[in-house]
Amino acid sequence: MNRMPEPAQQERMLLVGLAGQPNVGKSTLFNLLTGLSQHVGNWPGKTVERKEGTLAHNKTRMRLVDLPGIYSLTAHSLEEQVARDFIIQEHPDIIVMVADASSLERNLYLLAELLILHVPVVLALNMLDVAEAQGIQIEAHVLEAALGLSVVPIVATRNQGLAELVAATGHLASNPDTFHPARPQIAAPHRQVLEQLKEMVAGQVPAPFDPDWVALKLLEGDAEITRKAKGWAGKLVWPGIEVLLRAHEDAVLDIASGRYEWIGRMVRAAVTRPRFGQVSLTDKLDRFAVHPLWGLVILFSVFAAVFWLTFTLAVPLQEWLDVTVIGQAREAARHLLADEPGWLAALVAEGILGGAGLVLTFLPVLALFFGALALLEDTGYLARSAYVMDRFMHALGLHGKSFLPLFLGFGCNVPAVMGARVIESRSGRLLTILLAPLVPCSARLVVLAFLTPAFFGTAALPVALALVVLNLLVLALVGIMLNQTLFRGQHMAFIMELPLYHMPNARAIGAFVWNNTWAFARKAGSFILLASVVVWALSYFPTGTLEQSYLARIGQTLAPLGGLMGMDWRMLVALIAGFVAKENVIATLGILYGQGGGGLAHTLAAQVTPASALAFLTVTLLFIPCLATVAVMRQETGSWRWTLFDVALLLAIALGAGILVYHGAIFLGMRG
Amino acid sequence: MSDRPLVPLEQLAPGAHAIVRDIRGGADFSGRLAGMGLAKGARIEILQNAGRGPVLVRTHETRIALGRGEALKILVEETSDEPDA
Repeated sequence: MNRMPEPAQQERMLLVGLAGQPNVGKSTLFNLLTGLSQHVGNWPGKTVERKEGTLAHNKTRMRLVDLPGIYSLTAHSLEEQVARDFIIQEHPDIIVMVADASSLERNLYLLAELLILHVPVVLALNMLDVAEAQGIQIEAHVLEAALGLSVVPIVATRNQGLAELVAATGHLASNPDTFHPARPQIAAPHRQVLEQLKEMVAGQVPAPFDPDWVALKLLEGDAEITRKAKGWAGKLVWPGIEVLLRAHEDAVLDIASGRYEWIGRMVRAAVTRPRFGQVSLTDKLDRFAVHPLWGLVILFSVFAAVFWLTFTLAVPLQEWLDVTVIGQAREAARHLLADEPGWLAALVAEGILGGAGLVLTFLPVLALFFGALALLEDTGYLARSAYVMDRFMHALGLHGKSFLPLFLGFGCNVPAVMGARVIESRSGRLLTILLAPLVPCSARLVVLAFLTPAFFGTAALPVALALVVLNLLVLALVGIMLNQTLFRGQHMAFIMELPLYHMPNARAIGAFVWNNTWAFARKAGSFILLASVVVWALSYFPTGTLEQSYLARIGQTLAPLGGLMGMDWRMLVALIAGFVAKENVIATLGILYGQGGGGLAHTLAAQVTPASALAFLTVTLLFIPCLATVAVMRQETGSWRWTLFDVALLLAIALGAGILVYHGAIFLGMRG
Repeated sequence: MSDRPLVPLEQLAPGAHAIVRDIRGGADFSGRLAGMGLAKGARIEILQNAGRGPVLVRTHETRIALGRGEALKILVEETSDEPDA
């Protein structure tokens, strides 16, 4: 029998925001709570990811919004602004704040800011196991009594305490009147000026902003609220406010220290620490990992190991897939389609299998690289690499944080450009984005890994390394040049938390590898497949022979330019096809040179001279970024001018370097 | 507060303990530091300082990397205490 809908109160969907500082296990908790119901989008008008999911527990149904990891609620970054806007504009029923028990005081700073916003909060105390391992004991019920709000101990990695957390959230939502937490008060010397400010802004602050909160943020020098308040107050009132604020510019320091004093009082009874601080594993490891000399040695060893693993494990596998699997599939396709029109067999064997099929053989290479990257990130090492690289990044006008997106660029330039969001200052972000395409991405590295053995045999590894070093030198030079000219005089603050080292989580790494390799496979199945078919069609029609094809005609128009770099038209066409996706360079070479047996490598070795090969590889590494990267650069910079400037700059550099390398190689006695 | 002289955090050697007394450089800078635990009155320990490049400090059980220029704007009073964790 069908029943009538439940009463409205039980049906109500709660809106719950999940807040927390970075590295507190918030994502793990979010994934556990929402499982497959997750939905990923963007915050309106912002380049920050918005993750949502739903969960039902007993009679509580919630829409859970994962807020970005933030240290405070003063809008220093897009993330903090997004989190703050969510709380003020969307009126969540409850905020669940996740705190890392092993650094409780610092975590509670965010709680202090949340409480000032008068939003109901449930505190999830995570990582109690980590705290205990450091000798820190926390009594949750004592903390609960002091703070006057629910404190639920959880261990997200072991799925403990989640039911209690959901129950506490549901309970608070049904009894909002019971929420009377302790709230931090402003230090005595500034109390009077705050009252004065409150009076001045009262009546001018529009809903949903709270005038008292606005007054406090003004005193804290919050840039966004200051700008807003200036508009609200108008020309008559604002000058008075401004004078008052200028006279109390130092208040911001006292407000922050006042919050920590309050936190100290809140946790005093609940937390027991070892009398003598023990040296943690993290500090022992950091003695080496961030040491000015050993840190560099470790950094280069780690990176060398990543690339060595890729070369020795994944590249032979790729070769086997190319020569044996794809080779046999092409034979089989020709055999099966022997009775069909000639162009159909050629399309399948040359266009599809020789192009997109060949690109798919690079999946193992990518999976291995992304696996290594995820492992470094998840253990906490990647943040150390930013620390070690900081002093070198300063030469480029950047700081250590920019190293992280740039390193990600070795996998793919698209996440590198998007990863530049971690840099707080606009000019630093822009400069990082402009330099990101100069990091040789895995697609270009596989072209390099595939072609250097073909051209240079046993000398392949040194040649490949030299080319990568040359590439990175160009990156450094461009960075220095831009820093001395367009970005002159911009200074960016380097402030970064180095998280505790911890055991990597196999599931998190697996998910990262899966997402990235699957994205690549999809690209091979769509973008690259389409490009392969187009390139093949241009190379086959109108007559069915390559020499008279449309492609040959396009290539021959550009032949004078290619001649300067020792490249024939087929190589030029391969470079141009690389604009769609860098993997197309190999796909196109596969189609254009693919007539011989025994795999593409042998055919190329027989037909291309070493000097031309070297020039070709140089230009491939430095050439204009792929279509996807250009699109993301436009999206992230918000400017076609900067995007096209960078594309033109890279084109000029690549062609210049190609000409130099070709003539240099001949000058040094290489066969041209 | 004692009469010990204030020095920029940048000048302290690894292993030194200190209390933050003043932060120059504006509301935005000090606000960002506050969220990470570095506020006026915070007890800190220098974990790494090679005389060039960034400085690594610990406060409230948090390890914070600071650029050299940033470390110059944080004025501290050296102590012989353990940092508060």
